[in-house]
Amino acid sequence: MSRRVVILGAGPAGLAAAQAALARGAEVTVLDEGERAGGQFWRHHDGLTDPRMQHQWPRFERLRGALEGARVHESASFWRVAADGGLRVHALIGPADSAGRAALTVDADALVIATGAHDRALPVPGWTLPGVVTAGAAQALAKRDGVTPGRRTVVAGAGPFLLPVAASIGLAGGTVAEVVEAVGSAAIMRGWGRAPWQLAGSAGKAGELAEYVGDLLRHRTPYRFGSAVTRIHGQHAVEAVTVQRIDADWRPIPGTERTVDCDSVALGHGFTPRLEAAIQAGCAISPERFVAVDDRQATTVPGVFAAGEVTGIAGADAALAEGAVAGFVAAGGELGDTRLRRILHARRRMHAFAERLATHAIRPGWTAWLDDDTIVCRCESVTRARIAEYADASSRGMRLATRAGLGACQGRTCGRSVEALVAASVDYDHRPVLSSIRIGELAGLHDHRTPHQEQE
Amino acid sequence: MSIRIAVDGAEVAGREGQTIAGVLIAAERRTWRTADGAERGVFCGIGVCQDCILTVNGVEGVRACQRAARDGDVVERESR
Repeated sequence: MSRRVVILGAGPAGLAAAQAALARGAEVTVLDEGERAGGQFWRHHDGLTDPRMQHQWPRFERLRGALEGARVHESASFWRVAADGGLRVHALIGPADSAGRAALTVDADALVIATGAHDRALPVPGWTLPGVVTAGAAQALAKRDGVTPGRRTVVAGAGPFLLPVAASIGLAGGTVAEVVEAVGSAAIMRGWGRAPWQLAGSAGKAGELAEYVGDLLRHRTPYRFGSAVTRIHGQHAVEAVTVQRIDADWRPIPGTERTVDCDSVALGHGFTPRLEAAIQAGCAISPERFVAVDDRQATTVPGVFAAGEVTGIAGADAALAEGAVAGFVAAGGELGDTRLRRILHARRRMHAFAERLATHAIRPGWTAWLDDDTIVCRCESVTRARIAEYADASSRGMRLATRAGLGACQGRTCGRSVEALVAASVDYDHRPVLSSIRIGELAGLHDHRTPHQEQE
Repeated sequence: MSIRIAVDGAEVAGREGQTIAGVLIAAERRTWRTADGAERGVFCGIGVCQDCILTVNGVEGVRACQRAARDGDVVERESR
């Protein structure tokens, strides 16, 4: 009997895992919460959006073609991953957050967790105003819906991902007022200029970045280094931002403030991995807070593999290579197989590229741009001052007293910022809610199962 | 192909395949929820933050950025 490989997530890592597992003869099931395979990187809508926003599209088409041999469940909210005595995934299939979705339970011999990451946006005064979105939201709106967050957008944060976001906003018909990068140009030259032979190995990536820079130049979009949006102004929606120079620790430099008119802001200071499925499965998490994997992409739980941004932020090319390794090994393949040689080489190359992303890692000085009344936890509208009051309390005490991180998103948005403010781990990862499901849907599952259990 | 949805009683046109958030933003409606007395709209855009929730056809707590709009959908704002 062929091995049953179940893959969670149909972004680059999940798709590559599916292709590799199928090629190795496995019976493959793919679950993805989106309506169409592709993940955030290949988020698309053929009728609504400009194909020039897509990169490596032929690669996606090949991977999507390979899925014909797999069972694919799109619009699948997986809500439970169990790894105690057999691997099992519970999901609900149907339109997002609708009532009465169809229940699906899948058993697996091997599981590949490829759930990706979401944007990390640092709090800033005014960031709850309508018109402020994450960089990933601006990208998703452009690539999925053909719309922009406003007419004139400031793109701010850190890292090379700001470039494709600015490009997509332009292609979707918006104007980018400025791109604001936290890291100074000298530090970027130091971080990215070093060891150019490593970059040469990832020429595709470097070419993609050069393309974006050319695009900014054509549109005469200012690119500000060593700066941050330190305040967002507006009564009922965004009207302007303050852009300010920041030092190497991201502390705002007084006297350098400028006001930039805009009606929208896209913030992206890096990414947070979506660890919930891996934590539910019992996988060890590394000190850097990614799913710990070995060379085979195997987690610490037998039969459970992980690939892509959940294992470290390294971009789509690394995710494709990791996914291929994970899928191949999950299907029973060996790491020493000659068919993996090129993929392993690509993975090494892309990891070397990814090390440069450390240049853009968040520095602690950002908390100096917060006001006392700046909301940090958006769900529960908890301010910086309120969190500071409980900075010395136990993590549980702080959470219960302030409700920071206890709202609808379960700390996904604010968790790591709250931890920076109290300078301690708050363990938001310990209660991993995978997706919201309705009480009625849960009760429906119970009604359905009871007669069967009674027969036994 | 054009679709029409009702938003707090007003008719809003969108394009088939757009999410509810896409329809609303294209119609220059950037807020549809009140939290702690302040206006909110879409934030993460990929289903994580729950800031963009609204009521769709009587069902509460639907993420506008994740839900494809269907012709005739009745959408209402939420406050929390």
